[in-house]
Amino acid sequence: MPSEFFIPDPEGQVPTAEGYFGVFGGKFIPEALVAAVDEVAVEYDKAKSDPEFARELDDLLVNYTGRPSALTEVPRFAEHAGGARIFLKREDLNHTGSHKINNVLGQALLTKRMGKTRVIAETGAGQHGVATATACALFGLECTIYMGEIDTQRQALNVARMRMLGAEVIAVKSGSRTLKDAINEAFRDWVANVEHTHYLFGTVAGPHPFPAMVRDFHRVIGVEARRQLLERAGRLPDAAIACVGGGSNAIGLFHAFIPDTDVRLIGCEPAGHGIETGEHAATLTAGEPGILHGSRSYVLQDEEGQITEPYSISAGLDYPGIGPEHSYLKDSGRGEYRAVTDDAAMQALRLLSRTEGIIPAIESAHALAGALEVGQELGKDGLIIVNLSGRGDKDMDTAARYFGLYDKGADAVVAADADSDTAEIEGDAK
Amino acid sequence: MSGNIELLSDTLAAAKTEGRSALIAYLPAGFPTVDGGIAAIKAVFDGGADVVEVGLPHSDPVLDGPVIQTADDIALRGGVRIADVMRTVREAYEATGKPVLVMTYWNPIDRYGVERFTAELAEAGGAGCILPDLPVQESALWREHAEKHDLATVFVVAPSSKDARLAQITAAGSGFVYAASLMGVTGTRESVGAQAQDLVHRTKATTELPVCVGLGVSNAGQAAEVAGFADGVIVGSAFVKRMLDAPDETAALEAVRALAADLAKGVRGTA
Repeated sequence: MPSEFFIPDPEGQVPTAEGYFGVFGGKFIPEALVAAVDEVAVEYDKAKSDPEFARELDDLLVNYTGRPSALTEVPRFAEHAGGARIFLKREDLNHTGSHKINNVLGQALLTKRMGKTRVIAETGAGQHGVATATACALFGLECTIYMGEIDTQRQALNVARMRMLGAEVIAVKSGSRTLKDAINEAFRDWVANVEHTHYLFGTVAGPHPFPAMVRDFHRVIGVEARRQLLERAGRLPDAAIACVGGGSNAIGLFHAFIPDTDVRLIGCEPAGHGIETGEHAATLTAGEPGILHGSRSYVLQDEEGQITEPYSISAGLDYPGIGPEHSYLKDSGRGEYRAVTDDAAMQALRLLSRTEGIIPAIESAHALAGALEVGQELGKDGLIIVNLSGRGDKDMDTAARYFGLYDKGADAVVAADADSDTAEIEGDAK
Repeated sequence: MSGNIELLSDTLAAAKTEGRSALIAYLPAGFPTVDGGIAAIKAVFDGGADVVEVGLPHSDPVLDGPVIQTADDIALRGGVRIADVMRTVREAYEATGKPVLVMTYWNPIDRYGVERFTAELAEAGGAGCILPDLPVQESALWREHAEKHDLATVFVVAPSSKDARLAQITAAGSGFVYAASLMGVTGTRESVGAQAQDLVHRTKATTELPVCVGLGVSNAGQAAEVAGFADGVIVGSAFVKRMLDAPDETAALEAVRALAADLAKGVRGTA
């Protein structure tokens, strides 16, 4: 019986055997990692065609994660989007609270197949770190998570979750002390411990085969959404919308719709305080092609190839790179990418909470803000699907400060005016 | 003007003729300042280094440990640019007549332009480049321009490199082969593992190029040990650490000169 939930890309599509999506991708890694990365590629190829692997993964995705995830229509929210119909793909309802678990379970099974006993991973918002710590607890693997020091502060709840699950969490103090630096440190660990350690990479960036493999594990999001939407709305959407940091939830939603050329694929990047301020992480909007973390893609960098420090209120999107397949979709014109400011995302977060009783992650709120714009553009006949990639529990401290939700005299310092367009978070990274 | 690959090869051959290993030192450009970095390179040549690798500081040095990360941070905060790296190469070469290479991550060259970078490096008197994150299968464009400008392409091999892959890498490289003594990032280590000797042995089975060993070597004893089986001994973090620990620039220059002199005895087996 064919697998229902592990649905890798059909043969013959991108990337090439060398990992290229057009001119993007490849494998720019130090020699010390070549053997390990090649081993991942070989093992993944074997697993992909092994019915036993698909059976094990399907079983986990159904009975542990809770797939298929729900599709929820949000009419009260959609009133603010020009009357277009909006459906949310509820990856926030997965076990651990985000889409990340799809990829993590796949790679954790692969880790076992490779006979490795230790897993390392980077995390920004903590969603990937929590999912990885969860899988390591489930499979009895040793687990170390690298997280930028700034992110350990703004996502403290997820740090506690990872530690509760038995993982070691290391706060990375180099560079901008965010996701990029966590990845640097994870690479340093991997080079030294590659013999028994798998780097469970959390997004569709990195050297081949990670962009294709991580995409394959998330492809189920779009496959389910497409089927659910045809059943519920009777047609394909006009637009599929997702937030993009590294791009894993977006490619997961988009991929099954790529052959449906009438479906617009819209990625929402973090514009932070605004592109013009320079304080943003909108890689496809403002970056140039370059090499970061093992592949060629758009990168936020200066004219001499130094990576510039990104900024976003969202720890999960605060990254100066992007998966190579998104760069390919952008340059081929199949994908559209627009930038959403911190404030627009926060307003969308509050709006969804108050109109639908769903508190989204700040990452996902960027996609919701994009949907409000696109809905206005499409008008009342529009049909939109948004990937609600994660739930917002982890972000309540940030949101409470942003909107002034704490009581006076409570521990936290309320530094933001809820109605101010220029609200900022005290102590946030600039 | 053409690059100095020949000077590099001749220098390594001369060391071999003397029955010893060459001493190769690494220092980042712009650390602690551009002029201070140039003075430090002159000091290590003066102390007895045969070859110097000038590091091009990078915002994301994923293959470097904390010592070189700190130096790169200082250099970048000081505003070091590729033009400063070229000036460092030029002044070090012109003052000493010795081979000077650049060691850099690939993205700065990719962004700057391969032709522009190789032309400027050759014009500055550089001998070549060490490119630790450019895999051989992605290196065709670089090699074409490096050959045109008589610059060496030094690839890194690792203990995990399989024999067939070693042959592929050494066939594409020139100048020498950089054998990483262990699996890990740059930084000093208590001991340089037995895997270094095995790697040198396996690498030499594939090439006539000199094979030099780096990563972890910090003192004359280790240098002597590595000199027993390698054509060159590469030392980086130990120099940078001496400079970071020194109270002032004069003391820093004296410290790196003294370390170079000590290591130079090590590679001659006279420590």
